[in-house]
Amino acid sequence: MSKRIETKNLDIYYGKFHAVQNVNMTIEPRSVTAFIGSSGCGKSTVLRALNRMHEVINGAYVKGEVLLDGVNLYDKKVDPVRVRRQVGMVFQKPNPFPTMSIKENVLAGVRLNNARISGKQADELVESSLKGANLWNEVKDRLDNPGSGLSGGQQQRLVIARAIAVSPEVILMDEPCSALDPISTLAVEDLIQVLRDKYTVVIVTHNMQQAARVSDVTAFFNLEAQGKPGQLIEMGPTDKIFSNPEEKSTEDYITGRFG
Amino acid sequence: MSTTTQPSTGTAGGGSGDDHHEIIHSSKRFGERLFTQLTKGSGIGILVILAAVATFLVGLSIPALTADVKDLPYGNFWSYVAPFAFGTVWAAALAMVMAVPVSLGIALFISHYAPKRMAQTLGYIIDLLAAVPSVVFGLWGINTLAPAVRPLFLWLNENLGWIPLFSGAVSGTGRTVLTAAIVLAVMVLPIITAITREVFLQTPRLHEEASLALGATKWEMIRQAVIPFGMPGIISASMLGLGRALGETMAVAMVLSPDDVINFRVLTSQNPNTIASNIALSFPEAYGLGVNQLIATGLVLFIITLAVNMTARWVIARRSEFSGAN
Ligand SMILES: Nc1ncnc2c1ncn2[C@@H]1O[C@H](COP(=O)(O)OP(=O)(O)OP(=O)(O)O)[C@@H](O)[C@H]1O
Ligand SMILES: [Mg+2]
Repeated sequence: MSKRIETKNLDIYYGKFHAVQNVNMTIEPRSVTAFIGSSGCGKSTVLRALNRMHEVINGAYVKGEVLLDGVNLYDKKVDPVRVRRQVGMVFQKPNPFPTMSIKENVLAGVRLNNARISGKQADELVESSLKGANLWNEVKDRLDNPGSGLSGGQQQRLVIARAIAVSPEVILMDEPCSALDPISTLAVEDLIQVLRDKYTVVIVTHNMQQAARVSDVTAFFNLEAQGKPGQLIEMGPTDKIFSNPEEKSTEDYITGRFG
Repeated sequence: MSTTTQPSTGTAGGGSGDDHHEIIHSSKRFGERLFTQLTKGSGIGILVILAAVATFLVGLSIPALTADVKDLPYGNFWSYVAPFAFGTVWAAALAMVMAVPVSLGIALFISHYAPKRMAQTLGYIIDLLAAVPSVVFGLWGINTLAPAVRPLFLWLNENLGWIPLFSGAVSGTGRTVLTAAIVLAVMVLPIITAITREVFLQTPRLHEEASLALGATKWEMIRQAVIPFGMPGIISASMLGLGRALGETMAVAMVLSPDDVINFRVLTSQNPNTIASNIALSFPEAYGLGVNQLIATGLVLFIITLAVNMTARWVIARRSEFSGAN
């Protein structure tokens, strides 16, 4: 159920602006990979390139390859809609659909692409997805209430339930805890530990402790200089990156001796 | 879109009581109070105007409603107004059935499909259309549209005549309730398009991306994120359009060749008139209680419009929990 991601010579552009240069990395299935690096170095950009969400921005495009178990996502024959079904995404701000109930939010992805499921199947899927997102106990008595009535942390877990309801191979998370309080953050971090067993998880975070706590592998991105494209500087096991990095700039960033 | 009013006091008044902040605080409070009074004033103003109109209508209608039937130039009031009330609602409903889908289509095209340049040009054209006076639409209806739609009417009658709507003898002039409804549709189209376009453009990027990231196609994204989010706006826009269609006078008076009937057939020459158009046509020759009777039909129009708007408000309010306002 979980797939390997590889990028080859990945260059990412916003119109004329070259945002990220030559990223080559391999992300193993059933692992949590953290992207770290200073603001504006292209973490979100790389993340969004992994499920072709990058190209929904006007003028944005990608050069190079992203392989999901060997299949190039940017092949002309590949439909971006199918890619996004396999590679789910959780955003920085929780974004449940405000016009839908909790239950309908979980089913939002399943209802797409003319899929039909019976009422019983739907109920089961809602329960298993919400349980998978550690939210079931908190909302099981009010599934028909609006999703936007939940707390921020609950909303973020609802969004994760929505993402896992379509059984993706990979889950991408862009600073999923940055809008949450410490307790909600803990709940989401616990959830990431659970998700690791089934999915390939990639998470962008500005929180070093969080990266150290949840990830198996850490990738450090950096800018050579302002206005230059971002680059992948170093990627390796999280313990190693945090204790004994190869690159000086990684060490500077991790120890906080950085711009 | 929603009618909730922001609590206008609260933030400025509270806070720390530091001495040297006193002056800033009180001047802020003055502005706040002025603004509150201003908004309250305009709110009350609207109510007063509405009440004045209602009083005028009711006051002048009472003589017609209480007088003896034999004194009334147009006979029994209720049987007099019934075909007009029907015609008003019927013509407006037909117009809305045509205008709403087309408007939403244009609005979505402008907001989500058209390249920027084209979207802008289209927007200007739509806004221009809103500025055309209704007499011009009336002339266009008689001179261009009515002759042009006759072949279409004949075709509809021949092929779909088994549907009661399209049955009967096709009007020789083409000046039927359907033609009038088409003119009305063209007139309300710019209003609905302009408002819904703005609403669709306001859809939070976050919700659109949520949908796309789940593997929605563009059209699915529009159905899942854009339209539900814009629903209150769509309803409001449609109500504004409907209000105009219900009250439109000149264009209908010019285009329609009216008859004193209640008739669902849209292609024949037996067409019910609308209240507004009938008032315009009959007023010049009205005298005595006849004037009161015409004004009383105006009161009926007023009530119909009010009822339609209140229904719409109620529909929006019922779903407000899910509106995305929180
Ligand atoms: N929609 C956009 N249009 C044009 N340029 C963009 C857009 N989004 C991001 N960029 C640029 O691309 C570069 C990388 O941005 P990105 O958002 O990927 O950084 P990030 O590492 O995620 O930063 P942060 O940690 O602040 O989220 C930045 O220079 C940014 O200004
Ligand atoms: Mg970012």
